[in-house]
Amino acid sequence: MNKMGNQQIACRKSMTNMLLKLARKDKNIIVVTTDARGSVTLTDFAKELPDQFVECGIAEQDAVGISAGLANCGKKVFVCGPACFYMARSLEQVKVDIAYSKSPVTIFGVSGGVAYGALGATHHSLYDIAVLRTFPGMNIVFPCDAREAAKLVEILVDYPEPVYVRVGRGAVPDVYKNDDFDFQLGKANLLLDGKDITVIGTGETVYHAYQAALTLREEGISVRVLDMATLKPIDTQAILKAANDTKRIITVEEHSRFGGLGSIVMETLSEHPVPVKILGIPDEDVVHGTSAEIFSYYGIDKEGIIKAVHSMINKKNKIISYT
Amino acid sequence: MQNKDLKIISERNRKRLMEIVYNAKAGHIGGDLSCMNVLTVLYFKVMNTDSCNPKKSDRDRFVMSKGHCVEALYAVLEAKGFISKEITDTLGKFKSPLAGHPTIQVPGVEISSGALGHGLSVGVGMAIAAKMDNKSFKTYVLMGDGEQDEGSIYEAAMAGNQYKLDNLVAIIDRNKLQISGTTESVMSLGNIRDRWTAFGWDVQETNGDEVDDLVCAFDKIDYQNHQPHLIIADTTKGKGVSYMENDLKWHHGMPTREQYEQAMKEIEQRIVTLENE
Repeated sequence: MNKMGNQQIACRKSMTNMLLKLARKDKNIIVVTTDARGSVTLTDFAKELPDQFVECGIAEQDAVGISAGLANCGKKVFVCGPACFYMARSLEQVKVDIAYSKSPVTIFGVSGGVAYGALGATHHSLYDIAVLRTFPGMNIVFPCDAREAAKLVEILVDYPEPVYVRVGRGAVPDVYKNDDFDFQLGKANLLLDGKDITVIGTGETVYHAYQAALTLREEGISVRVLDMATLKPIDTQAILKAANDTKRIITVEEHSRFGGLGSIVMETLSEHPVPVKILGIPDEDVVHGTSAEIFSYYGIDKEGIIKAVHSMINKKNKIISYT
Repeated sequence: MQNKDLKIISERNRKRLMEIVYNAKAGHIGGDLSCMNVLTVLYFKVMNTDSCNPKKSDRDRFVMSKGHCVEALYAVLEAKGFISKEITDTLGKFKSPLAGHPTIQVPGVEISSGALGHGLSVGVGMAIAAKMDNKSFKTYVLMGDGEQDEGSIYEAAMAGNQYKLDNLVAIIDRNKLQISGTTESVMSLGNIRDRWTAFGWDVQETNGDEVDDLVCAFDKIDYQNHQPHLIIADTTKGKGVSYMENDLKWHHGMPTREQYEQAMKEIEQRIVTLENE
């Protein structure tokens, strides 16, 4: 991986590169998968470290249970495959064998959200935050780019709790231009400061939020951008500070509008309310298209965020003009 | 340990089980009783466990996949010194550390369970870990026969064969009843031996109501045959309490005071008989 410059690689590849690098030195790092070594980009790992690779066939329930058993015996387990299947087919195993049993397993969901695009709703995972955040002890992290994803893996190999990580499928533009940034679980990263409004993104929407903010700054609108990679535990202080400082918040997520980042922010602000607009996927079957087309259609890309900011700023001005 | 001693311990565990369930006013007494011999033979004869060091790395692993029969496990864990009588007596009370299904907060419990069809996969993971580390510990998974309806079990059965887990032993408590009726009327299991043999497992059938037969079955296991093992323990639901045996209402029925006293009397009489043999 280059230390500097635009990498344009997929988060999943960045994570498996780091996993392989760390696993060469630590035989307790075990990768479990479900006929998904190609999808996850684990082919190199399987070839080089076959003794640390457990293939379960197309059987997510079995894979999650096996991962819990391995973790019980001291293994540092990453169970990897398409997010849509781990978060639905094997959800009870995630609930009981991982969360309720406090098994320190990382569930590494790839091609999450609408990354599979036109394959349709069977392959989308727009419900994972909503479900998992109700499981006590479960941590949820959506890294936004390849560098953040790699740093996350370094943390997770020795993390003593269950964690769900969701990344997309394709190469993503860099949000972080070099490795010189701090990344901690449970802490939002301030990417851009601003005073008029805060946009909070998670996962791949963070890049769009950042790009929107740069454009809006040229118009004279000062936008704060938060990279909310960790959705559980949530960085309450960053949300409260944003509400206090900018008085308006937009959340943007590749997830149902129900129960995700927007809901978390609204709940956090329930006793300190400021206007919040939730950008996400509405309660409908997602239109068929590429990931980019779907982002655009539902307004969770740069243009959609700019439009939402304009709308919110205008509303605010209108309210002020009436008073 | 001699089989005679195991029989006495199993009956003492049954007696304690009755107390636990009667005091808690909750439990799955029928299945608790049917699997008591299996649990006793495992914990007092077969498995390497240490209640002073429940997490020691070379311990044999036990997974209670039929988690609803946790009261039987509590009786055995108490008898082995993993949990105290004071703790067991809290079952059913508000804020008890013990739930109606196994949880990892209980010393000696490896994995929280209670949703059926999970345990064998967890056991497969444990057995794979032992192989990876060249460790000699074994993994034992107790399943119900009604539980055999769960499809996830057969994913684990395939994996057990794929990884040649001869350090893994599954036991089916074949008491032939599940909550709605006989296992055959609810969802026929057909020939369990043939089914598991087809999955590549080394299968034994034994009389799970007889300690001698169970001990013999565990003794026969070849832990180096490159096959996972299954013992089908043919048992009786409600075993050891005459009016509960083979009666569906004791799946999770609660005895009255008179019924409780009769059950205790029957078990105590058997203990006296065994001790005088």
